[in-house]
Amino acid sequence: MKAPIRGRIRPPQLRGLRVRLVVAFGLVAVLTAAATGTLTFREARTGILQQSQDAVIKQLRARVDRLAPALAFPPSESELRRFAVDVAAGEQSPARRVLAVYRDLSVTSVPGDPFEELTPALREAVRSRPFTAFQRVRDGGRASLVVGMPVTFAYPAEQGPHTSGVQVFLTVPLANEQSYVDALVTAVERATVPALALAVLLALLAARGVLRPVRALRHATRSIAEGRLDTRLTVDGSDELADLSRTFNETAAALETSVAELHDMEARARRFAADVSHELRTPLAAMSVITDVLDEGAARLDSETATAVQLISTETVKLTRLVDDLMEIARFDAGAAVLHLDEIDLAESVRRTLASRAWSQEVDARLPEPDVLRGRVDPRRLDVIVANLVGNALRHGARPVELRLSAERTGQETQAVIEVWDSGPGIPDTVLPHVFERFYKSDTARTRTEGSGLGLAITAENVHVHGGTIRAANHAAGGALFTVALPLRRHGDRSAGGPR
Amino acid sequence: MPRVLLIEDDRAVREAVALALGHQGHEVAAAGTGEDGMTRLRSFRPDVVVLDLMLPGMTGLQVCREIRGVDQAMPIIMATARGDEVDIVVGLEAGADDYVVKPVQARVLEARIRAVLRRATTAQVADGIPRIETHGDLSVDRAGMSVTRQGVPIALAPSELRLLLTLSASPGQVFSRQQLLETVWEHSYHGDARLVDACVKRLRSKMGEPAGRPRYVQTVRGFGYRFGPR
Repeated sequence: MKAPIRGRIRPPQLRGLRVRLVVAFGLVAVLTAAATGTLTFREARTGILQQSQDAVIKQLRARVDRLAPALAFPPSESELRRFAVDVAAGEQSPARRVLAVYRDLSVTSVPGDPFEELTPALREAVRSRPFTAFQRVRDGGRASLVVGMPVTFAYPAEQGPHTSGVQVFLTVPLANEQSYVDALVTAVERATVPALALAVLLALLAARGVLRPVRALRHATRSIAEGRLDTRLTVDGSDELADLSRTFNETAAALETSVAELHDMEARARRFAADVSHELRTPLAAMSVITDVLDEGAARLDSETATAVQLISTETVKLTRLVDDLMEIARFDAGAAVLHLDEIDLAESVRRTLASRAWSQEVDARLPEPDVLRGRVDPRRLDVIVANLVGNALRHGARPVELRLSAERTGQETQAVIEVWDSGPGIPDTVLPHVFERFYKSDTARTRTEGSGLGLAITAENVHVHGGTIRAANHAAGGALFTVALPLRRHGDRSAGGPR
Repeated sequence: MPRVLLIEDDRAVREAVALALGHQGHEVAAAGTGEDGMTRLRSFRPDVVVLDLMLPGMTGLQVCREIRGVDQAMPIIMATARGDEVDIVVGLEAGADDYVVKPVQARVLEARIRAVLRRATTAQVADGIPRIETHGDLSVDRAGMSVTRQGVPIALAPSELRLLLTLSASPGQVFSRQQLLETVWEHSYHGDARLVDACVKRLRSKMGEPAGRPRYVQTVRGFGYRFGPR
């Protein structure tokens, strides 16, 4: 009943649940961190820049509004320069530079400043419309904010502002703001690593939570397959895996019950056969003891009654043999067959078996010299083995029947090999696997053989109880060949039988 | 003709065995219980007892011990049902000389009875062998079928006596269990060697052999037994 299922050795599970969970958790963590970071970064950057930008523009506007009225119009180059320097002087940092433009005049707060940050697009935007314009420019590693505003006159107020033609440009290095943003990016990056680590840890924990019951289930399934039907899982929790474990337990219990029922039925069937044989013993004991009386008395009866009496006598003998064999088989089934080991000369034993059944002339026995092949066997069982094999060969095969007894060394152990070979038609291939089965009839039309139908089954059991092997085959030269190998224990291998 | 006391509880088996043995010419007395058997033993004075081991009330084993208590030389054959093998050794150690397994054919039982009676009666004195042999402090009278140790008679059952006579006829020679089964019990070579072992045990105990180091009936491990005072 045991299925020889062994766990196959699988390659490392790259597609295993654990790896998949870790990858999924990691991806989620990284994506979340990246998205959060990106959004935060964008919002924060916009906020920071917007704020500083607004402050810069507001301050510039205020200064220009304050200083512009003092500017002569149209300004000379030196006046324009003074204006630019004055505007620049109001700024907190000397790194903030001012460019003032009027028509073709273009002066900077710092003499000789090329004012490269100013793009033509911004210059054009400021010139064409009377509004403040700004642009963030990035030149190499440095980011700057360039603000441009036309100087306008507010009066006459009803006509709205009109440009004076003077434009002021301010460039503000965004180093501070850039470092805030960089710090933000670094912070996001730094936060991502622990988040990822945490995600992996959580994934492993989750995988453990899932995998532990799965692994337990796998072990339990294998255990069941190996025949330990009482295997059960401990069910904790109420999730799907707990449900699965519960279902597994129910299935295992159902399996155990039906297997136990099967075993029980088989045991009952065997016990029934044994009980029947047992019950038949007493009537058979009375019947079989008087068969000799019947046989002798039959001669004095009329032929019809004599035939009936002889029939009863012979069938009683057969029935007795059948019951004997059934009880022998029942003992093997119950594990109650006991070996009474005795060290004997095997050749002598085989010779005696043949002689006691008057087979010495019918069988070509090739036996070793006396006392060459000695070993501890159960003499009665060896007699049964040899007698059944030879009897079978004589009954179902054809003469000559050959018996060969030899010793065979395999490693440390010596085996006695008994081969019985007949010259009959051999055993059909379809029958060969079943010859040692109980009551197996090769010819279904023939309902009764001379033997009980248990002879070869008993032979095989007797061989097995010795720890030996038995094989049936067809000889290459024709005829059936039975080979028995019995391990040969010598005295001292095991405790000796009998009193010291 | 030999007188057989049959103690068997099953009526049909008892009648059949009595019929078969009567047919062979034996004079048979049959008892259905052990108690009845013991009564018949005294009144009928049988030559041999055939005793079923499974009896209601007083068991076969008790009957066997009780018979041995009053008559060591009475040949006892016990009958056991096939499948009750455990009883055999106990029965043999209780003093039975031989056993048959039921169902048994009349001629097999008859042969056993004859063999056990031969054991009890045959005097094996060949020419040239002295009537009384002495081995250490043991005296064996082959013609008188008696054994004494330091002048004290030892009461032996037929198979014990026959076993001792067989072994002591060739001191030092090793007999295999199979040989002893054939010569003492007239069983086949493949018979039950436990008969020999149980009988050796009983014999040693009656001869007062020291446990573990028997003086007369020695075990030759892996081969069998031999007789030799040492």
